[in-house]
Amino acid sequence: MSTEKIAIVDYGMGNLRSIANMLHHIGAPAEITGDLDAIRSAERLILPGVGSFAAGMQNIEERGLRSVLEERVLEARVPVLGICLGMQLLGKRSAEGDAEGLGWLDAESKRFNFEERPDLKIPHMGWNLVDVAKPSSLFEEGALEPRFYFVHSYHFVCADRSDVLCTTHHGHDFVSGVERDNIRGVQFHPEKSHKFGMRLLAGFAGLPC
Amino acid sequence: MPCLLVKDDRLVKTVKFRNPAYVGDPVNAIKIYNEKEVDELILLDISATREGREPNFELVETVANECFMPLCYGGGVREVEHARRLFGIGVEKVAINSHAAENESLVSECAALFGNQSIVLSIDVKKTWRGKRIVHTQGGRKKTSYDPVDYARRMEQAGAGEILLTSIDRDGTWSGYDVELIRAVTDAVNVPVIACGGAGSLEDFGEAVSAGGASAVAAGSMVVYSGHGLGVLIKFPSRKELECALK
Repeated sequence: MSTEKIAIVDYGMGNLRSIANMLHHIGAPAEITGDLDAIRSAERLILPGVGSFAAGMQNIEERGLRSVLEERVLEARVPVLGICLGMQLLGKRSAEGDAEGLGWLDAESKRFNFEERPDLKIPHMGWNLVDVAKPSSLFEEGALEPRFYFVHSYHFVCADRSDVLCTTHHGHDFVSGVERDNIRGVQFHPEKSHKFGMRLLAGFAGLPC
Repeated sequence: MPCLLVKDDRLVKTVKFRNPAYVGDPVNAIKIYNEKEVDELILLDISATREGREPNFELVETVANECFMPLCYGGGVREVEHARRLFGIGVEKVAINSHAAENESLVSECAALFGNQSIVLSIDVKKTWRGKRIVHTQGGRKKTSYDPVDYARRMEQAGAGEILLTSIDRDGTWSGYDVELIRAVTDAVNVPVIACGGAGSLEDFGEAVSAGGASAVAAGSMVVYSGHGLGVLIKFPSRKELECALK
């Protein structure tokens, strides 16, 4: 049984309470914090966030979080999970502004483009299925049709296909989850995806599932 | 999906929009729904507009924090700023009712700022004694001159991304949805319509979808009472039961 502390990194992008509540609910110790020392001492990190890519990166830089996150994720190699915008920030850049991303993965975010298909909505909002591409602690092996709640207008594009953890279909298949060693990210909101989200976060927290 | 009503921060259930009966605490109810497979939850504050006040942001935030599923909130949303605050505290969708009827631009402004899909137009419909269906606002207290079909079409044009269509006559009666009303509205608009008011059985869900063309079904009494005329029991059908009913 793991009791490793999870830090939910607060960099001023959205309400993080429901992520913390779901973690507490499944028995994972977690705290919402923007404090550099607390982040430095955490054994697992969640990088959440809703809002624009540029504003997210600006907040991370301004709060001096970038170097601490890099020290923990790239050197100490603690597990990190990006959620929604937090996943997109793992890439190098986004079509949403000129800001440079964290660049931990060779990837970028592009806007959905459905000019020819007015029936397809942007943002992609609602429940959708996830096709798991490789084994991961985040998903139960052979789970029947795991589904999650999405709200996003930009989607992740990986240069290295082996980083792709799962895909989802909205007009076309897009990368809805990534995993490379200790770095993971999901485009959807596990904290709003009831039992599927709880299972995913329990897997991330290292709890027995 | 459950459609929960709050009045004075307490969970209540009405019959034909009247006689709100106390059924519990909203946060406790949500903790129970968290254990079920509830894909979305609607929370309506039925006293906000009537008391001329804004949403109780503190209560909504507590609910949003506890809710392990997307949350749609309605009640007292009168200005763009209210919607902005609600999205900021973690609400996924905002429903507008009375203030949309009085100020259509509220719908278009919110839709432009926050996206159509986040804006739900809530329409309450009541039959006159002649049997004509008319849109009502202010929790059913105020009769407008609008026909529900024309009104739904107009609000879709204004930018509503979804319509929550409630039959006041059926509310809390367990007698089935007003399928005729649902069909008339779903035939007229392209946005998803959530049927509400009257659900008494799983078969009613199926009928609202197959005969009515509803994209989703909401239930009030069925998810807070153990049965018609029986005591409070916060519950929700299993996914299997729902899949069976909606087949």
